[in-house]
Amino acid sequence: MKKLLISAVAALALLAAAPLAMADAPKQGGQATVTFNNDLTTLDPQVGYDWQNWSVIKSIFDGLMDYKPGTTELVPDLAESYTVSDDGLTYTFKLRDGVKFHNGRTMTSANVKYSFERAVNPATQSPGGGYFGMIAGYDDVVGGKATTLSGIETPDDKTVIFKLTRPDATFLHLMAINFGYVVPKEEVEKAGADWGKKPVGTGAFKFVEWVPGQSIKLERNKDYFRAGVPYLDGVTFEFGQDPTVAVLRLKKGEIDIVGDGIPPAQFAELMADPANKPLIAEGDQLHTGYVTMNVTQPPFDNVKVRQAVNMAINKDRIVRLINNRGVPASQALPPAMPGYNPDNKGYGYDPEGAKKLLAEAGVGEINTELYVMNVDPNPRIAQAIQQDLAAVGIKAEIRSLAQAEVIAAGGAGKAPMIWSGGMAWIADFPDPANFYYGILGCAGAVEGGWNWSRYCNKALDERATKADAMVKDNQKDARITEWKAIFDDVLKDAPWAPIFNEKRFTYHSERLGGDATLFTDPIHIPVNYDYIYARDAQ
Amino acid sequence: MGDTWKRFRGDKLAIVGLVVIFIFAMAAIFAPVIAPYNPTEQFFDGLTDEGSPLPPGWRFWFGTDTNGRDQFSRLLFGAQTSLLIGIVANGIAVTIGTALGLVAGYMRGWTGASIMRLTDLMMAFPPLLLAIALAAILKPGLNIVILVIALVNWVQIARVIYTETVSLSEREYIEAARALGAGNGRILLRHLLPHLIPTVIVYATLGIATTVLLEAMLSFLGRGVQPPTPAWGMMIFESQSYFLNAPWLVFIPGAAILILALAFNLVGDGLRDALDPTRRGRG
Amino acid sequence: MLHYLARRLAASLLILLGVSIVTFGLTFMIPADPVAMIAGRNSTPQMRDNIRIQLGLDKPIPEQYARYLGRLVTGNLGMSYARKSEVGPLVVSRLPPTLLLMLGAIIAELLIGIPAGIYAATRRGRFADKAAMTLSFVSVSTPQFVLGLTLLYLFAYLWNWFPLGGYGKLSNLILPALTLGLAGGGWYSRMMRSSMIEVLRNDYIRTARAKGMSEWRVTMKHGFRNAILPIVAMIGLDVGIFMSGVVVVENVFGWPGIGQLMWQAIQSLDIPVIMGVTIVAACFIVLGNLIADLVSPLIDPRIRLR
Repeated sequence: MKKLLISAVAALALLAAAPLAMADAPKQGGQATVTFNNDLTTLDPQVGYDWQNWSVIKSIFDGLMDYKPGTTELVPDLAESYTVSDDGLTYTFKLRDGVKFHNGRTMTSANVKYSFERAVNPATQSPGGGYFGMIAGYDDVVGGKATTLSGIETPDDKTVIFKLTRPDATFLHLMAINFGYVVPKEEVEKAGADWGKKPVGTGAFKFVEWVPGQSIKLERNKDYFRAGVPYLDGVTFEFGQDPTVAVLRLKKGEIDIVGDGIPPAQFAELMADPANKPLIAEGDQLHTGYVTMNVTQPPFDNVKVRQAVNMAINKDRIVRLINNRGVPASQALPPAMPGYNPDNKGYGYDPEGAKKLLAEAGVGEINTELYVMNVDPNPRIAQAIQQDLAAVGIKAEIRSLAQAEVIAAGGAGKAPMIWSGGMAWIADFPDPANFYYGILGCAGAVEGGWNWSRYCNKALDERATKADAMVKDNQKDARITEWKAIFDDVLKDAPWAPIFNEKRFTYHSERLGGDATLFTDPIHIPVNYDYIYARDAQ
Repeated sequence: MGDTWKRFRGDKLAIVGLVVIFIFAMAAIFAPVIAPYNPTEQFFDGLTDEGSPLPPGWRFWFGTDTNGRDQFSRLLFGAQTSLLIGIVANGIAVTIGTALGLVAGYMRGWTGASIMRLTDLMMAFPPLLLAIALAAILKPGLNIVILVIALVNWVQIARVIYTETVSLSEREYIEAARALGAGNGRILLRHLLPHLIPTVIVYATLGIATTVLLEAMLSFLGRGVQPPTPAWGMMIFESQSYFLNAPWLVFIPGAAILILALAFNLVGDGLRDALDPTRRGRG
Repeated sequence: MLHYLARRLAASLLILLGVSIVTFGLTFMIPADPVAMIAGRNSTPQMRDNIRIQLGLDKPIPEQYARYLGRLVTGNLGMSYARKSEVGPLVVSRLPPTLLLMLGAIIAELLIGIPAGIYAATRRGRFADKAAMTLSFVSVSTPQFVLGLTLLYLFAYLWNWFPLGGYGKLSNLILPALTLGLAGGGWYSRMMRSSMIEVLRNDYIRTARAKGMSEWRVTMKHGFRNAILPIVAMIGLDVGIFMSGVVVVENVFGWPGIGQLMWQAIQSLDIPVIMGVTIVAACFIVLGNLIADLVSPLIDPRIRLR
């Protein structure tokens, strides 16, 4: 049995080499205030499924794996080390010593097992339970035949063994996703329906209180297993704060971070002021904004029509519409994602070419519908797309609806075109597989699924499964190369028109310090609260 | 009728309101002629390089919106939407309300009671929430907005007409008509309805103001007419986040809504006074 | 009186039952799939079926309604889809800000409407009267979102007198309360004016004047006390009007009440929350109407109980 071992010591060494670790660590102390427009919905790690919930959940809870702060590089977290069997079907994690829940109890392997079972148990209604489908016993739990996962063994308090039914190269990423974060059973049961509002984890910050619609307070976890972290004594999240107003309050020094990002109206003005340069962190995110085309219905069952749509849309203009806060997208994968093909330029803006393709397709006049979520800037982007399509002879009526209605129309296969903005946009974990199965593969192309194009290419699905069976370390490159090829082939079929990859700009107060990558952390969105520090505490 | 007109003409504010409505109606009808640009055309140079809308200037009189469209042209075409919805939706609401109120007031008994309980039920819903729910069920669009507003707004007038019909029905000439063997339909249409006309006219006018506001509110919450159709409420909805940096995008259409609603309120009030001299003493 | 009260209460309960049926029916006609929302992008059909069964969405609609009603009478409004917490406590936790805002709006409309109405009545027919009455029309013709944004722009942004939205201090309350209450202030000024004119025409006012009482005292002591009564009776009806307004005003000002909760629930089609807020709002409206009906005869003996 060949062992792949990354120890926590090695991970710490990596951390030390990172730019954010300074010669002498920042002193602890100080507070930060973050504003959001909307209240969070839940702090239950097995349930929360949007970036806003995640940013807080990730500071309260930990998983077996995590990412090096500010990067997409996997490192062990609650696990001290792990080994993988040669066939890729057994993962053994050794847990770290002395990890305590915020209630003072020591975390054990049984808690890990419980947490995964909780995610998979249908009663939890976890939107991420499906990610753990490769763990042996999954079907029995989902089917109601068992309540425990036979594929998770806990020979002792410090060891967790996962037995898989198929090798899966994304497994370690899944160990870092919030749905597998470790929760204490006794607290979950005590809180009952209120668990999502009274979280108890092992993370850097301890939950203090949640005033619905107004604020959430966290304080530093003094017993956190990483000595010296976090730097801040506490973080307060304020809700009901319009981002426009939040920017003004930040200028006055009342708050520290505009959680929703800089509103379009103020963006140009803020960027133009050189004094703001150190206060605005810019970073990539794993995001692609795209238009889906339902390939099962005319006219989009014709690949030429789909390609024509790709060529008809002026992506540069749309990027300008969002204040140049993104780059035109050439393909489904964002540039920061492994598997992105820089050599594939995609379909360029070519209305004449689009008209020619449409004429070749011989579909005649096209009247269709474009669904869009009714939150700015999405209706504006949809209108720009609408105008571009009209220029080549495709009349698209806009259906601007609430998020849930657009998702429902997409899941039912009723929407000919959907602009994805505001939904299904950011990758759950930094691996190309995450951009495939649910939104481009056959698994998602069903009633209630999220593959709104209903694009189902069995040959590509097979290649994807094969690629993900390449779990050995020396197969990593071959796997990514194969994914690159898969996505190139997807682009030829053009079930989507990729529009742009959004960049992230985080505006923070002068009081807060830390590397720019922490303020645009690709995993902890918007900000990695665990590692930023307060200058006034130094 | 001559007296009515004379009284109405004496009300300067009502005349101002009428003139304003006339101007808006002309703007709406001749929008295609007056408007310098196509209201849905997104100009590439209608946005700055950073993607910000342009302030009012010589090329775009009222500036451009966040898609780089001409705000002045959108405002003119928006008058079409607002007036169309205001008049048609309110017309339907008044028709439904008058019919139900009349029937309930005349028939009484089981029919009347059930109609009036229906209005009680409708009154217990916040109208905006009801409109949002209805708009969510039906496919959004101009026709649906009209229908939704009509379905929400008929209640008030139904109750007013009910009360008046009840008191009218007790009058002797109705009894006489019935004794002479006139059918229910005949009594309703020939003997009751004509007496209710002044009330209907007043409510039809005042109701347009309410309708214009409700449409703007629905559009503002993203539940009204669908883009890119220009509508004042939606113009504000689309540029709400710009209200500090480009206030003209919010305040110009906002002023348009206010002025139109005000004009209908003034005319309605003038008509009420003119048509119902007995109330003159109070107002 | 007791008999009347009992009858009105029974009628109110029937209305609430009707509200629950209509709300339930409407929310079920909305073309949304809560299961797809909850299950997420990586779900399997089996997971979605499981969730459907747990939510009881696989049952026939009448049965679902019966279950809902059964829970409702015990005060249980169900579980939020998006928040996975109970709707009842959620709505209750958002009620105090909304009630505070409504209270503020009532104070605002009375503070605007009553003085303006009295002033106009004492200057009847003159320019000040006409100006006040025209302004009252302006106030009822202003869309609340335009008014809210205007107040924010002027008083909070340009002149810095008040905070730009938010919640917690008295200074946070003033602009949203004014936005919500201004239109009502306009109506009240008209009512106050006509009611005042009517009262001032009465014999006892003439007597008071004849006795040499100062005009101010006549107006305030006799006129005001009698003229304000019809307005007091109207306050209960404001609840219904405000329940629409709070959705807009709370959105503009970031006020953490049920209007904001409602709007977020509509965006995510969190049906149990939508139904919960609607039913709670309807309870308040029905209560407000009931109070208005009960108070009117006490105030004005000419109105008799039906």
